[in-house]
Amino acid sequence: MISIAGVELEMFERGHGAPLLYLHGGAGIVLDVPFIDLLARERRIIAPSHPGFGKSSLPDWLDSVDDIAHIYLELMDRLDLTRTDIVGLSIGGWIAAELATKVPQRFGRLVLIGPVGVKTGRPDQLDIPDVFALPQDKLDRLRFHDPAKNALDLASMPEEELHIVARNRETLALLTWEPYMHNPKLKHRLHRVNVPTLFLRGASDGIVSAEYLERYAALIPQARTETIAEAGHLPHVEQPTATAAKVLHFLQSTQAAETSGARS
Amino acid sequence: MKAWHFSENAYPYLPPADEYESIRVSLPNRIYDPKKGAALYDRYIDEWLVAEDEGVEIMLNEHHQTATCVDPAAPLVLAALARLTKTARLLILGNPVANRRQPVRIAEEMAMVDVLSKGRLECGFVRGVPYEVLPANSNPVRMNERQWEAMDLIVKASTSHDGPVSHEGRFFHHRNINIWPRPYQQPHPPIWVSTTTPGGAGRVGARGYVQATFLTGYRGTPAIYDSYRKGWREAGRGHDVPVNRLAYAALVYAGESEAEARSGAEKLLWYMTANKVPLHFCYPPGYVPAPVHAQILPGAAIDQHAANRANATVDKAIEAGIMFAGTPDQVFRQIKQMYDHVGGFGHLLIMGQAGFLEHDETVRGIKTFAREVYPRLKEAFPDTAVSGMRQESLAARVVA
Repeated sequence: MISIAGVELEMFERGHGAPLLYLHGGAGIVLDVPFIDLLARERRIIAPSHPGFGKSSLPDWLDSVDDIAHIYLELMDRLDLTRTDIVGLSIGGWIAAELATKVPQRFGRLVLIGPVGVKTGRPDQLDIPDVFALPQDKLDRLRFHDPAKNALDLASMPEEELHIVARNRETLALLTWEPYMHNPKLKHRLHRVNVPTLFLRGASDGIVSAEYLERYAALIPQARTETIAEAGHLPHVEQPTATAAKVLHFLQSTQAAETSGARS
Repeated sequence: MKAWHFSENAYPYLPPADEYESIRVSLPNRIYDPKKGAALYDRYIDEWLVAEDEGVEIMLNEHHQTATCVDPAAPLVLAALARLTKTARLLILGNPVANRRQPVRIAEEMAMVDVLSKGRLECGFVRGVPYEVLPANSNPVRMNERQWEAMDLIVKASTSHDGPVSHEGRFFHHRNINIWPRPYQQPHPPIWVSTTTPGGAGRVGARGYVQATFLTGYRGTPAIYDSYRKGWREAGRGHDVPVNRLAYAALVYAGESEAEARSGAEKLLWYMTANKVPLHFCYPPGYVPAPVHAQILPGAAIDQHAANRANATVDKAIEAGIMFAGTPDQVFRQIKQMYDHVGGFGHLLIMGQAGFLEHDETVRGIKTFAREVYPRLKEAFPDTAVSGMRQESLAARVVA
């Protein structure tokens, strides 16, 4: 636990090597552990549970993704992360994008997996389907390529874990309810992100569409997009090996490019 | 005891329930025929006027994007009633304060109705049921905090008379609060708050507002009232809680004969049987505390509507204390049994119209209640009584 501005942050740390700040998605960090372990073979993973998620506390004053970004600015100072790579998933991708607009010089590479956070589409259509107005089975069909195999089995989940699922959902609603899943200012700030950025999504993702990802990526000068086959909104859960390989490859290749002075 | 006729202004002309997902939130309004709707408004308002003629007070409420209650702007109907009625108290229960962006606007609406009705407004506040958060785009998290800040702000707006005041709170910001008109009643109209959990009731008791609870039955009501009384006493309001601080809402139908009563009561069950709402509309994240939500999550696949329908019988509803129905004698006894069970309440909120209960049946129910039950209630349960006395003195005797 690390205490910042009244938030007790639950921290996961794994592996050795160059630091990689890992920002989980709306379902919390527990599901991500196998994927984190894969990344930890090559990097030192620093993974907080966001305020209000997992066992991290949620103070009364905190109610936005931007608030969390400010908590993590302090976290980076405390951990002496003067320059780090960052991986963010879904709402974690949104937090990563906010962070990168504030202190771009503190980041080496960004990987945003199924990120939310901007609104680029038409006003008369939600960019992101309303996850708070869908029955669980429909939501699972949007979230997973193969829901039968990968969706959480809530019926057989121990009470303590269910409590965390409920708490994660509550915090997700608090942070993303309105404006829904985005910060209207963010798209006007992303031009500041002058670091190589990889946008990833699962090919079957029903939450973050291919079009959304392309439009998001177009807001960052050095960004490109890639797709992971046979995966939905949580490619790191459905295809952990393929997803980890893509992430590590991107982080390594750009490191190599930088070392050789070939950075574009 | 005061009795209040409450009608939800339902629109019952719907296709079979298996043809739609939900009666609330997602039901397309092409189903709503404005001509039929206009006739219904006339009818429901007429029924409130019958209630007034019979000496029964008037209550209305507000819901959104639903066929169960086509009154999405209750202050509008309240304004009409303020001009159409002369003597009845007018209870709005209530303004969904956690879902409205401008509490000061609510204060203006309420002051206006209070003046229009020459001081007959009873001003109720509700947090808003869970299916209201999507229509209102209202964050389901921290609703209680918003509700209380809004209510306090409305009281402040209603009682500040010396030029602009301001409010910079957690959820609401108003730089210039100076409402015109100000309320007719001083310092402000009586305030009511509804809650269905003990947690909220203690806070309402501490303020001394009227606490209303809906369909909580023999099982749920005692803890709510106890919590209210505890809050009242701990706030230094004295030991005795007047019964007129507590209200109970039930489905009520009195008939001259058992058969007539049964027929009316069956139709009132529409309140429960028609309320087809899928679970994801019922439990938006944060609406209930996480530990409670955690208990609901594994049941995500349960068809709650089917379960409700199976349980919705007149006998079960009477047994649970959520319905008082029968001959005048039977209805009186049922109400007395609830009164004694919970330690007394001063207001009976009568859900007296639902679905296909026709106009003449609704009017007969109101009249039979008003003429043959209500006088006995007033006599047996005077407004000056103290709530909790009987139950607590019994308990004291047991301990002694």
